[in-house]
Amino acid sequence: MDVVVLVKQVPDTESLIQIAEDSVSIKTGDLKWIINPYDEFAVEEALQIRETQGGTVTILSMGPEKATEAIRTALAMGADSGVLINDPMTAGGDALTTAKVLAAALKEIPYDLIIAGQRAVDGDNYQVGSAVAEYLGIPQISLVIKEEIFNGKIRCHRVFEGGTVVVETPFPALFTTQRGLNEPRYASLPGIMKAKKKPLDIKTLADIGIDPAIVGKAGSKTKIKTLNFPSERQAVRMIDGESGAEKAANLVKILHGEIKAI
Amino acid sequence: MAQGVFVVTEQRDGTFRKISYEAVSEGRRLADLLNTNLTAAILGADIATMSGEIKKYGAEKILVADDSGLSEYTTDAYTNVLTDLIEEQDPELIIIGASTQGKDLSARLAARLDAGLVMDCVAIKQTDGGLVFTRPMFGGKVLADVEIAGTPQIVAIRPNVMSIVETPKSATVDRPSVKVGEVKTSVFEKKIETGDKIELTEADIIVSGGRGTGGDFSVIEDLSALLGAAVGSSRSAVDEGWRPHSDQVGQTGKVVSPNLYIACGISGAIQHLAGMSTSKCIVAINKDPEAPIFSKADFGVTGDLFELIPEIIKAIKNMT
Ligand SMILES: Cc1cc2nc3c(=O)[nH]c(=O)nc-3n(C[C@H](O)[C@H](O)[C@H](O)COP(=O)(O)OP(=O)(O)OC[C@H]3O[C@@H](n4cnc5c(N)ncnc54)[C@H](O)[C@@H]3O)c2cc1C
Ligand SMILES: Nc1ncnc2c1ncn2[C@@H]1O[C@H](COP(=O)(O)O)[C@@H](O)[C@H]1O
Repeated sequence: MDVVVLVKQVPDTESLIQIAEDSVSIKTGDLKWIINPYDEFAVEEALQIRETQGGTVTILSMGPEKATEAIRTALAMGADSGVLINDPMTAGGDALTTAKVLAAALKEIPYDLIIAGQRAVDGDNYQVGSAVAEYLGIPQISLVIKEEIFNGKIRCHRVFEGGTVVVETPFPALFTTQRGLNEPRYASLPGIMKAKKKPLDIKTLADIGIDPAIVGKAGSKTKIKTLNFPSERQAVRMIDGESGAEKAANLVKILHGEIKAI
Repeated sequence: MAQGVFVVTEQRDGTFRKISYEAVSEGRRLADLLNTNLTAAILGADIATMSGEIKKYGAEKILVADDSGLSEYTTDAYTNVLTDLIEEQDPELIIIGASTQGKDLSARLAARLDAGLVMDCVAIKQTDGGLVFTRPMFGGKVLADVEIAGTPQIVAIRPNVMSIVETPKSATVDRPSVKVGEVKTSVFEKKIETGDKIELTEADIIVSGGRGTGGDFSVIEDLSALLGAAVGSSRSAVDEGWRPHSDQVGQTGKVVSPNLYIACGISGAIQHLAGMSTSKCIVAINKDPEAPIFSKADFGVTGDLFELIPEIIKAIKNMT
């Protein structure tokens, strides 16, 4: 089974996000970068699949040269090889243009299964997995918390509001991850050493044969006009009282009488 | 030329999800702003009688795509059928609820139609340059105002944010012919969690517990039952095995926007705030007066949750 994992490098979730001068992007100078947490689940699941099914795990990412760090981390966890699509023409593109680039790159990489995160926690777009599957003409299953492979099919437990549903599909297929799927392993020191020697190809749009006009800013149908900070809440009102009972009564009075929330 | 607003509703086993009413209401509002008509589509099997329920929210036309191949949601079947309906209607704007199903469907649909999609939108306004869609990014740390070029424009709206408004219209109901087309995925089994549990993303009130509960959620469950609320939790409570993953609120859990969010014994880590900061009113109960949650809450109570929550329950019961 050849598995390709789509990995995006994103700012650490603890990061203070600041809006840049152009007001449509964020300042990246001081950020610490990590593998998108949902993509970590994807890498882990791919490694577990390789343990039972054999085959290979390839990491595919699009991004700046710095994104090789995220690929190296996935290689240190145990993936076999990595591909980074690095081209200035992809800059400023929306989720669908990213998916077009990744799908074009996948024409050259053999795969039975593709695993993506449900969303990247920078843009929170929830789109790239579905769109890659559409461009490749393969089925997709989102938000998977468990999968089993047998008889040339994959059976996925997909969560929805208030339940789970078990969906089956033949290969090739794509699924996206949900927390609960697994606990990602850490990269071990020998793993990190080994990762340095694993193949990591860096390719341009020309290498994967995609027209730059349909990607990046030029190819994007959605455009950010401005970024703003959400309006601050008013300062907290601490509820006073001599005793717990009094505080509770005062809180309930406000929630019921004043803001009518209960 | 593309014209009209097209809403994709969501039903499960013959009952509309609440997001459907939000999506049709918002569709009505935008159709009026754009001076155009509103179509609502219902997909499923044995759903012939469902159109009545949606009429009150103001669609002029209701399309009922009723086919046994649509009895359970699959991305392939639903995308195929919707693509046919949309190509036939040629709308300028498509609205879908950003539920788990709607997120999966809208993204596949956008790729198929080569249309721009704004996911998880919390506000839509009209400007001279056209519609502007607001959506949170970076776990809600920033809000982006986004425009979409070309038609159709697709927007998936965040559940529990936009208002439900009744605007009765005399709607025509059509039953278009349905071609489910090539479908590779099949639904094998469906498990619904115990009956009356309220879904976090649809709840009006959420009572959440964190590590401060020490694993004892009984008072949280009591308060929640009294208020008709849903129970949520921090990731720590999930990691400890006290709550299922499906209860987790935050950056790697659910994103919720209830009217009232009561955080009990939760410190207010940035990854937790990412999941609940768009709640309309936030109440924090924490024994540490320095807990960061207080800086993001509207109302704060310091004290032991095991003392305070039973008193709150008593006070609510005394309310007349
Ligand atoms: C990549 C990543 C993703 C993450 N995703 C999420 C996520 O989706 N959701 C999430 O919640 N977290 C997430 N986290 C974890 C997050 O950083 C925090 O560790 C977590 O939210 C802390 O949970 P807590 O507030 O329950 O526990 P703590 O931080 O331990 O806080 C417990 C609080 O309870 C109070 N307390 C204790 N006893 C009592 C009592 N008797 N009465 C009243 N108050 C009491 C304490 O004063 C304290 O403030 C993520 C972390 C990372 C790195
Ligand atoms: N630039 C990228 N390179 C590789 N994979 C990506 C990229 N952007 C998104 N993905 C994948 O698509 C998933 C969903 O991303 P998004 O639609 O941007 O929220 C991520 O979890 C990744 O698996």
